[in-house]
Amino acid sequence: MIEVVIWICGSLLALGGIACLIRVVKGPSILDRVLALDVMLLIISAALCLEMALNRHTDYLLFVVAACTLGFIGSVTVSRYVSDQRNA
Amino acid sequence: MEIFLDILVAVLLILGCLMSLIAGIGLLTFPDMLTRMHAATKPQVLGFLLIFAGLAIHLRNWTIVPVLIVAWAMQLLTAPVSAHMIGRSGYRTKHAAKDTLFSDELRQVVDKVSSGSATGAIPVVDSQDHEQDGK
Repeated sequence: MIEVVIWICGSLLALGGIACLIRVVKGPSILDRVLALDVMLLIISAALCLEMALNRHTDYLLFVVAACTLGFIGSVTVSRYVSDQRNA
Repeated sequence: MEIFLDILVAVLLILGCLMSLIAGIGLLTFPDMLTRMHAATKPQVLGFLLIFAGLAIHLRNWTIVPVLIVAWAMQLLTAPVSAHMIGRSGYRTKHAAKDTLFSDELRQVVDKVSSGSATGAIPVVDSQDHEQDGK
């Protein structure tokens, strides 16, 4: 049963990831791209969780925590840089 | 009991992954940056809560619950900060479509600050100067 659930969840995540990737390519501003890449990182974390659920191990838990922190640092740094560039 | 927990896990995981799909669709179809920010925050808090709950119930393991709570609390704390920074720089770099807003109370403050100095540098000092001028 869990295999079917993982297949459905993986398809949902893949569709969401493709949509984010299209927004990264199209995005009119760098902030749209940062937002879309942030969601991509969340999708990768969710995929790690699904893999842990499928194979019944907990090896990737710290990667999930690290990915949450990385997304925060990345988006704050890029948006700070954008706003400073405008003021200079 | 086991089959009930399995069905609960399935519902939680599928709903959590549905949040990611919703975020992707929102990012793709919404017209400007502020509405896209609204869509992008859906998987950050609710989606991760559902996926983490599903994972913890599926593994039947209490020892991973504190780590999952740490990861989720990290999302809960950092999502507003990064959204604030993105919205702030988006507003000031004219990436946000301001003609779609119903009311724009921030514009008066930004105009007041930016008209005070020619370079527009150090807004905090400028706003204090304006307050003193008003008195």
